[in-house]
Amino acid sequence: MRVVILGCGRVGSTLAALLARAGHEVAVVDRDQSAFDKAIQRLGSDFSIETVVGVGIDEDALRQAGIENADAFVGVTSGDNTNIVAAQIARHRFHVPKVFARVYDPIRAEAYRDADIETICTTAIVTGIFQDLLLGHPLRHCTEYMELIRENPDKFGKDS
Amino acid sequence: MYVIVVGAGKVGYYLTRQLLAEGHEVTLIERDSARVGRLKSEFGDAIVVGDGCEVRVMHDVGMGRADCVAAVTGHDEDNLVVCQMAKRHFLVPRQVARVNNPKNEGLFHLLGINETVSSTAIIYNLIEQEVETGEALFFSALKRGNIVIVAVELTEDSPAAGKTVQQISLPGECVLAAVIHEDHIMLPGGATRLRAGDTVVGVATPGDQMALRAALVGPAQPPASRQSAAGG
Repeated sequence: MRVVILGCGRVGSTLAALLARAGHEVAVVDRDQSAFDKAIQRLGSDFSIETVVGVGIDEDALRQAGIENADAFVGVTSGDNTNIVAAQIARHRFHVPKVFARVYDPIRAEAYRDADIETICTTAIVTGIFQDLLLGHPLRHCTEYMELIRENPDKFGKDS
Repeated sequence: MYVIVVGAGKVGYYLTRQLLAEGHEVTLIERDSARVGRLKSEFGDAIVVGDGCEVRVMHDVGMGRADCVAAVTGHDEDNLVVCQMAKRHFLVPRQVARVNNPKNEGLFHLLGINETVSSTAIIYNLIEQEVETGEALFFSALKRGNIVIVAVELTEDSPAAGKTVQQISLPGECVLAAVIHEDHIMLPGGATRLRAGDTVVGVATPGDQMALRAALVGPAQPPASRQSAAGG
């Protein structure tokens, strides 16, 4: 499988290293060369991965990372909107079959999920886990935590 | 009309001022509280601090009853998401987006936001037209700017005047679409002879449009040298 990962923070770099070790073809895009240097410091030789310095919503940068032949795209920069827009480019411009975006804002994650890209709201997942741990409840499947946004939108940010 | 403007940079500031002056109801949303503080005395309740991409903020300013949203921040991804959220989530009838990088204009259209304003592209086109006044007219951009229509009027001095289409060496990616001779429109063939006073309409890629002009009317000159030529 060929995977393009946007954002070389802790999540992006670790995911890239894990996928590469499992034999997949991976390219990572980040606007900042120092993000790659840090990833190498953290992960050492595990991070011997194709890298592209570029902005995620720039189609040329994504092309350089081989998005035209990619089977999957993952957007994990720190910017929700960058991840959302880049994932939409992957889906609608390059017709990448599997497209995921991390979105911190639960309501925005909810608004884009199902619509055209798959969003992963780590805010909902992590707060849900902490809540269950603190209250002594059994842990749930991560999608259940994201379902909570739909059920209780006002707890995650007021909805219309 | 109720308009929500996102981003209080220069564009957002003047846009809000203009809309208020014309009697519209406006809310300007700006993330930077220091900036909002400076504009508060002028705009009062019409300016609020907040991230215009946040649903809570959108809800609080009444996005649901807005007639139009104008996303004019300096970040294209933010402008795109504001417009998409306004359209999909709040069913705002009109969304207008500022496009900072002209390269992204097609992207906005692809992702469902059709009213875009790219000041860079507008200024660029104005400069282009200014440089080529008189002889060559940049008509229109098709296919999101990948194809341009060019119209030129031949003069006695034009290299193509008096030649047949066959005799002119045209650049690779261009087609002559029409020749207008004394109010008659002709479809040019290889044997069509071009004459001074004819208007020639061609279709070309942006990369070849200058070469097309040069083949028809000679290389473009900057306005300054043309003025002095006219004066002398």
